[in-house]
Amino acid sequence: MNAHRFPAVSRLLHWLMAAMILAMLFIGIGMVASLADYHWLLSLHRPLGVAILILVAVRLVNRLIHPAPALPADMPPILRLAAHGSHVLLYALMFAVPLVGWAMLSAGGYPIVLYGALELPPILPQNDMVFAWLRTAHTALALALFATFLAHLAAALMHALVFRDGVFQSMASVGRADDAPPSPRR
Amino acid sequence: METNESPGARYRLWPIRRRVLVGLCAIGAVLMPIVGAFAYVGGFLSPDRLTQSRLVDGFQTVNGVHPGFRRNHAKGVCIAGRFESNGNGVALSKASVFETGTTPVIGRFAVAVGKPFIPDNETQVRSLALLFRLKNGEEWRTGLNDIPVFPARTPQDFYELLMAGAPDPATGKPDPARLQAFFAAHPESAAALALIRARPFATGFADASYNSLDAFRMVNAAGTSTPVRWSMAASDPFVPQTPIEGGSAGTNYLFDALIARIAQGPVQWRLMVTVGEAGDVTADATLPWPETRRRVDVGTLIIDHVEAEGPGNCRDVNFDPLVLPDGIEPSDDPLLSARSATYSTSFTRRAGEPKTPSEVQIPENVPAATPAKGS
Repeated sequence: MNAHRFPAVSRLLHWLMAAMILAMLFIGIGMVASLADYHWLLSLHRPLGVAILILVAVRLVNRLIHPAPALPADMPPILRLAAHGSHVLLYALMFAVPLVGWAMLSAGGYPIVLYGALELPPILPQNDMVFAWLRTAHTALALALFATFLAHLAAALMHALVFRDGVFQSMASVGRADDAPPSPRR
Repeated sequence: METNESPGARYRLWPIRRRVLVGLCAIGAVLMPIVGAFAYVGGFLSPDRLTQSRLVDGFQTVNGVHPGFRRNHAKGVCIAGRFESNGNGVALSKASVFETGTTPVIGRFAVAVGKPFIPDNETQVRSLALLFRLKNGEEWRTGLNDIPVFPARTPQDFYELLMAGAPDPATGKPDPARLQAFFAAHPESAAALALIRARPFATGFADASYNSLDAFRMVNAAGTSTPVRWSMAASDPFVPQTPIEGGSAGTNYLFDALIARIAQGPVQWRLMVTVGEAGDVTADATLPWPETRRRVDVGTLIIDHVEAEGPGNCRDVNFDPLVLPDGIEPSDDPLLSARSATYSTSFTRRAGEPKTPSEVQIPENVPAATPAKGS
C-alpha cells in the first residue's frame, strides 16, 4: 500500500468522471447553440447527467472510506487551502449541476425522459418562475464547473511540471503502486 | 540543481525560474485549446451561426417583445378533454396512447402570430397544440396547424423567410421585394405557399382540421419503424371562411366562437395517421405526400373544456414537438430539432417574465365543464 497514491478505485472514478464531465460540458454548451444537433445532444445530456449524479454520490462515499493521501509536508498553507477549497467546490458543483438540471425540468413541467419509457419523477412542483431561475442557475453553475475544472487541470500540471512533488502522480500514475516514487525531494 | 534548498523551495514562484516559465507555457498550451474548443462549440466564435436564440430574436424583431407571452402563436386559449383510442394505432406504434382506451389531454388553440393582442381577422393560420398524459407517466406533445405543408424546408430557410417578412424600418411594413426574392430563390417554398393559400379555410377553430406538417416515425411492438404524418380531422361540418369585417367584430371572433361552441357540447376530431411509403420524403415539410397514402383512423379527440391562460395551465406548457412517448420518434426532418430548440428558448424567456392576462378571456355566462388539470 502506497500512502502517497490514491487507491485504484478512486483513480478509476476520477478519470471516468473527468471524461464524462468534460463531455457533458461540451454537450451542454453545444446543444444550446445548435438547432440541428439540439435534440440528439439533449437525448445524451439527461442520461449522462444522471450517471454523473450517481457516480459523484458513489465517489463521495469512496472518498470518506479512502481519504486522499497526505499532501507533501513542505506544501505552503495557501496552496493547501486552494487544493482543499477547490476540491470541495468541485464536489459541490458535481452534485449541484445535475440536481439543478433535474429540479429545473421538474419546475418546467417537462417529463424527464432518460431512455425510451424510462423517466425520472419530478422533484419540484411545476412553477414557471422557479423554472426560469433554475434554468439560469444551471448554466451559471455549469460555467463555474468548467472554470473550476480549468483551475484544477492547471494546478495538476503545476504539480507535475513545476512543483514536481508527486501530487500529480498520486492521481495520474498507472500500474503497480511502487512504480511512481512519491514526493521526490531534490 | 536545487539540492540543498530549504523546505518548500520547490513551491516558490518568485523570483521566476526557467522551470516555472516553461511550466506556465506548457499549461497555457494545454488549456488554450480546451477553452478555444469550448468557445467554438458554444458558438462564441461564430456570431453568424443560426442558433435558437437568434431565431427567437428574429420573432421578436418581427413581432416586438411581449413579455410573458410565447414568441410565436402568442394569442391563445387553454382547452382540455380526452383522446379515445380505437386500438387501430397499435399496429403502427407501441405507445400506450394507441391501445384501446382513454387518455387525458390538455391543449391550446392559437393563431400563428407572435402578437398576443392581434385581431383574429388579421391572422391566416390557426394552430392546435396538444399534450397527451399517458398512463405510465409518459407524455406526447404535438403542435398542429391548419395548413397542409410548412413554407420552409430548413431552419435557415425559415429564418430567411421570417426576416424577409420583417417590417422595413423606413416604412414599418414588410418589403414585398424581399419576400419575392426569397420565394424566387426557394421554389419549394413558393410551391408550399401556393398549397397553403389554396387550402380549405374554415370559419373557426372547431371546424378546422390540423396537420403535424413534420414527418415522424412510429415504432410498433415488433420494432417496425414506419414514416408517418398525422392530422386532427374535424367532426364539425366544414364551413368556409368568408371575409371578416375589421373593428370589434373581428377582434376575437375565432376564440369567441370556440368558447360558444364548447359551451354547447364537446367538439371532436378524428386522429388520422398518414402512413408514408418507400420514396416518401420525410426530411422536407414543404412537400405533401401523395393523396393516395393510407390514412389510419386511430381514435377521437374530444374537447369539452376551455379556460383562459393562467398559472399552471397550458400557458406554462412548452408544446415541444419532440416530447414523445416510447413508440414515436423524430424523423430526419431538420425542422424538428430546430422547433424543439426554439420552443425551449421561447419558453425559457417567457417563463421568467412578468405575465399579462391573455386577450382571450371566458365570459361569465358560459357554463364551465370539468376543470382542466394544469400540469
